[in-house]
Amino acid sequence: MNPYRRSPFIRISTVLVYIFLYAPILVLIIFAFNSSRTNVLFGGFITHFGPLSMNGSTVIQSPCGPFHWFCELAKNREVMGATKNTLTIAFISTISSTIIGTMAALALQRYNFKLKSLTQVSLYIPIVIPEIVMGIGILVLFSQVFTFLNGVFGITGDDRLGMGLQTVIVSHIAFSIPFVTLVVQARLQGFDKSIEEAAMDLGANELVTFWRVTFPTILPGILSGGLLAFTLSLDDFVITFFTTGPGATTLPIYVYGLLRRIITPQVNALSAVWVMIVFSIMLLMQKLENRAS
Amino acid sequence: MSEFAVELQDVIKQFPTPEGGQVFAVNHVSMQIKNGEFFSMLGSSGCGKTTSLRMIAGFEWPTEGEVVIAGTPQGHTPPFKRPVNTVFQSYALFQHMTVFQNVAFGLEMDHVAKSEVNDRVGKSLDMVQLSGMGKRFPKQLSGGQQQRVALARAIVKTPKVLLLDEPLGALDLKLRKEMQLELKALQQRLGITFVYVTHDQEEALTMSDRIAVMSFGKVLQMGTPVEIYERPNCKFVADFIGTSNFLHGTVKSVENGKASVYIQELDAEVMGLVSGDISVGETAAVSIRPEKIRLSEQSAFNQNCFEGVVSSTTYIGSDTHVYVNVKGNRIKVWEQNKISSLDPKAYYSVGQKVWLTLFPENTLIMADK
Ligand SMILES: Nc1ncnc2c1ncn2[C@@H]1O[C@H](COP(=O)(O)OP(=O)(O)OP(=O)(O)O)[C@@H](O)[C@H]1O
Ligand SMILES: [Mg+2]
Repeated sequence: MNPYRRSPFIRISTVLVYIFLYAPILVLIIFAFNSSRTNVLFGGFITHFGPLSMNGSTVIQSPCGPFHWFCELAKNREVMGATKNTLTIAFISTISSTIIGTMAALALQRYNFKLKSLTQVSLYIPIVIPEIVMGIGILVLFSQVFTFLNGVFGITGDDRLGMGLQTVIVSHIAFSIPFVTLVVQARLQGFDKSIEEAAMDLGANELVTFWRVTFPTILPGILSGGLLAFTLSLDDFVITFFTTGPGATTLPIYVYGLLRRIITPQVNALSAVWVMIVFSIMLLMQKLENRAS
Repeated sequence: MSEFAVELQDVIKQFPTPEGGQVFAVNHVSMQIKNGEFFSMLGSSGCGKTTSLRMIAGFEWPTEGEVVIAGTPQGHTPPFKRPVNTVFQSYALFQHMTVFQNVAFGLEMDHVAKSEVNDRVGKSLDMVQLSGMGKRFPKQLSGGQQQRVALARAIVKTPKVLLLDEPLGALDLKLRKEMQLELKALQQRLGITFVYVTHDQEEALTMSDRIAVMSFGKVLQMGTPVEIYERPNCKFVADFIGTSNFLHGTVKSVENGKASVYIQELDAEVMGLVSGDISVGETAAVSIRPEKIRLSEQSAFNQNCFEGVVSSTTYIGSDTHVYVNVKGNRIKVWEQNKISSLDPKAYYSVGQKVWLTLFPENTLIMADK
């Protein structure tokens, strides 16, 4: 047996790491079943269906029992709207950035062109610079462009170009592309070009070769890149905050707004659902990784 | 129809080097490969074998010159429009497809009917002894089996020409020998022209109808295995194929396909057959194979006979390798052990004086390059 496994240091640090990583999430989820109206005080679990007395006084009907706050959440039109926005943004930006990012990775792998190394380095920039800088940058860019266009075409009133779902989508596509490209590039590292040559040798033209041989081979890489883009888009707060507009509230933005007003365990229920979704995506990604290697 | 399956007409292939220069991977190569021939390109690493093959397949285009397949100049025809198929060194199997799907791929590209596909794939898997393995994925096969799949995938389309780039390179010796025989048998059965790339001279000699020996992008000699082995046209070929002893000297006379060379170190003239371009007054190499030298305890002839001392011997079963020191030249002689004996005196021993006879008909005089 490995002697290090007995070392108390290893054990303690392992436990600490797990506590710091997962305790907040655990607490968050526990509070989603809170029988108190605020999410800072724990009033015990909701244990029964039917009328529920809260904070000792108010009595509310709770047909969902322990899942009271989840039901409240489902009834909340604002939450549902924000969810719809979030998913719309995530789907469109994931599909777009996955396609563009994959194409970029393929181009970088197989062609030599001017400024190739600069292109490669520029991929890291959006990843390493602070998100807030990116956010402000995008905001300034959009507002300048919109002011200019509105001026040139004399657009006034409600028709004026401004921030909204489209600006959020565009910026999500922009910041996801480098992540997708890097993930797909990693997959392409070990790519054996001779299988493409073999396909052509057997009579497949370039297009057929791509769809029948290249694409299926790198698909696990594309999928994990896409899932990464999807989670990034779902989670994003900072850039969305700067580029969102009326009617384009996403879940992170909505929750942030809630925290400043009333804090009910609805927020926890929402977060719990969210954690579950992201966690499932991560598991899926892991599965793909394993299958690919 | 053309007599030749493949012709390379004065083909040059240059690649740019990272330093900004140009490298000649293939340098003025002309080859004519006959229909139904087993043709090998043989040469050491980097001599341009793969590049030549890739130009026939269409993965590279000649910088100059022309590749002609079955009488049709190929120009910039893409690989998928050429009537040739390739067996890659790395096999290049499609990992996401089953063995069956791999082999069927080429037929599918030709829009062959389903029932015929099943039929032909089955036959071609039978031919490489992989029947029943159709449902497996390449990962679930051994190296030798994967090699066979690559072969089946290429022959299923019954191409005019099959190109093989060191197809046995990754196999162990025993399997390799087996596959050599199988490939040769397969080629004879199918009657397809094989263009075979290898750096293993023994493999080339056993399998080929004709061999092109290449070095630094050029073809040095083209001929049957017997021609290449018995009449190498230059020192490089004599050295690369099999084993040879070399002596160097000045050509004294050339006459009727025979020549005489003065070897200063031996202070003697050696007679031999002219093999390749030489002329009087030039330096030339005298080449003789170790198994063609006669060893004796007495001088037998006045000509081409030299005295030496045995410097070492190695018994290898069928032969004894004897190294003889002749005035500072180390000459290898392979003596066949024709007589079964346990007596050490039956074999040559170190320090013994011996006479070497280089029969003129076994001795080759060739350009010293
Ligand atoms: N794509 C390329 N770019 C630049 N140089 C190349 C390229 N392909 C081949 N070469 C060069 O051309 C020469 C011949 O290469 P080639 O692959 O034909 O050799 P080979 O005879 O097949 O050798 P080996 O037995 O090692 O496979 C080598 O010097 C190689 O470095
Ligand atoms: Mg090669």
